[in-house]
Amino acid sequence: MHLTREEEQILRGESGPGTQKAMELLVAIGDAYDAKRMIPVSRAHAASSGQEGDLYFVELLADGGARCKVPTSTNPVYDIEYFHRTFEGIPKDEAEVARRVKDAYRRVGAIQSWGCLPYLTENIPLYGETVAFSESSATPYVNSVVGARTNREAAQSALASGVVGVTPEYGLHFNENRKGTVLVKIETKLKDEFDYTLLGYHVGEVMGYGIPVLTGISKRPSTEEFVNFCAMSNVSGAISMFHVPGFTVEAPTVKRAFQGDIPEDRIAVLDADLKKSCEELQTTSGKVDFVMLGCPHYTLKQVEDIVRLLRGRKIHEGMDFWVCTAATTKALAERAGFVDAIEKAGGHVVVDTCIDEPCWVKYRDKVGMTDSPKCSYYRRFKEARVDRLSECVETAVKGK
Amino acid sequence: MRSSDVVLKCHRIIGGYGEGEALVSHEPICFYLTDPKTGVVRERDHELAGKNVAGKVLVFPSGKASSVVQIDGLFKLMMNKLAPQAMIVKDVETVLVVSAFIAKVPLVDRLEKDPFDAITTGSFVKVNAEKGEVTIDCNHG
Repeated sequence: MHLTREEEQILRGESGPGTQKAMELLVAIGDAYDAKRMIPVSRAHAASSGQEGDLYFVELLADGGARCKVPTSTNPVYDIEYFHRTFEGIPKDEAEVARRVKDAYRRVGAIQSWGCLPYLTENIPLYGETVAFSESSATPYVNSVVGARTNREAAQSALASGVVGVTPEYGLHFNENRKGTVLVKIETKLKDEFDYTLLGYHVGEVMGYGIPVLTGISKRPSTEEFVNFCAMSNVSGAISMFHVPGFTVEAPTVKRAFQGDIPEDRIAVLDADLKKSCEELQTTSGKVDFVMLGCPHYTLKQVEDIVRLLRGRKIHEGMDFWVCTAATTKALAERAGFVDAIEKAGGHVVVDTCIDEPCWVKYRDKVGMTDSPKCSYYRRFKEARVDRLSECVETAVKGK
Repeated sequence: MRSSDVVLKCHRIIGGYGEGEALVSHEPICFYLTDPKTGVVRERDHELAGKNVAGKVLVFPSGKASSVVQIDGLFKLMMNKLAPQAMIVKDVETVLVVSAFIAKVPLVDRLEKDPFDAITTGSFVKVNAEKGEVTIDCNHG
C-alpha cells in the first residue's frame, strides 16, 4: 500500500505511540484488502462495547496520547451511578470496566454521546462523505439512506480512523461495490415500524450478506422504519448497504440500483414470511416480567408514541418498564413532558445504555417483552416476547 | 530446513512469528465460543468441539459472529496465555484483522496452495508472517 510521507511518519511513531498504534491497525486492514492508499474520513463512530478487548484498545490509544482528529461518537456503555443506585447485584468489576471505558474515550477526545444512532443526532454524515461508522444500524443507514460511504467497521478500526483521520480505500468506497446484488420483491403491505423490523430480520436471515434492492414499497419509509430495517438485518445477517428505488439516494430506479447489471438472485417476501419471522422470535408466550424498549435507541417521536399509547394509564404493579434513548433525546423529551408522563405511569427513561450491558443482571432469569429482535438476541434475559410497540404498552399496562 | 519440510509463500496481514502443532477447522471460528480459561472450543456441533486452540497454528476458512464478541474472545485467550501461536485463513475480514492485531497473533492468508490440502491437524507448522512464509513439517506429529 502506498502511504504519503505524513502517513509514514505517523506509522514510525512521530505523532506519538497512540496514533502510531491506530495507524498500524489501519495499515493491517488495508493489507488484508489490498488497498492501494489511505483516504481521508470526515467523521467516525466507534461502537464501543465496554468489553475487555474494547477497553484494551482504547486505553492503548489514550495512554499513548492519541486524540481524535475528526468527530468520533461512541456507543452505549451504561450509566454507572444510576444503575448501581437502582439495582443490586451488578458486579463491582463491571462498574470498573465501564468507568475506564468512559474515561479512555473521553481522554482520546471522542464525543461522549454513548448512543447507537449518532447519525441522527450529534455526528451526522452528508451525501458523498467518506466516514468510518461501526454499529449494526449505522453502517447500512449512512451508506444507503444518506449516501455517505463506510465499510463495515469494528469499533477499533472506526476509532483508529477517528484518530488518524483516514481509512484504507476498499470495498464500499468504490462505486462498483455499491450496486445491488439481490432483488427483493415485497408482496405485502408494510404498515408500521414493526413491519420494517420483521422485514429487516427476514431479509438478513435469507440473504446473510449482500446488497438487497427492495421493490414493492409504495410509501416513503420513515426515519424510524429505515433505522429498524438497518438494525435488524444485521442481527440475522450482515447487510452493510441496501437500496429502495425511489427512496434511497443512490437508487432513483431499479436499473440504477443494479448499475445496469442483472440481479444475482431474486426473492419474494410475503405476509406469511414476516409472520413466520415473528413467530421464530418468540421463546415464550408466558407472563412478562418487564418491557424493554429502545433497541436501537428510541427517537423523540417514538418516546412520544409511548406517551400517546399509555393514555395516562399506569404500568401494572410488579411490571418493570424501560425506555432506552440518547442523552440529547431525553433532554428534549423532558422539555416536552414525555419523561414526566412515562415516570408518572411507573416507567423509566434511561440514557447512555443498552440491553447488551451488564447493568441488567437483575433480569437474567426473567421474561422480557420488546419490540426489537436485536434486544432479545443479546439474551441478557431468559425468555423473550417480541411484538409491536402498541402490544408492549398494552402488556405493560395490563400486566399480562 | 529438513528434507520433509515444505515451504509455502503466503500473504502477511498481522506480522510476527509463531510455530506449533496445526489444528485445522473447515468451519469458520468464533473465539467467543472457546473457553477463555482453557482454550477448549465449546461450540456444540463445531468440528473442533472439545479441541484446544491454545498454542496451536490454527487453520480455518474465516471468522464469524459480531465484532464485539469475536475480538473479546481472542483477547481473553491472549490475556490467559491461551491464544493460538498463529492463524492461517482463506478469507479475511476487518473483524478478524482487529482481533489478531489486539491479541498480537500472526495472521496470514493467500497460501500458495490450498491450506486444507497442504496442512493436516497434527503437522508441525512454522508461520513467519514477516517473511510471508509458512513451513510445514509433514513427518512430524
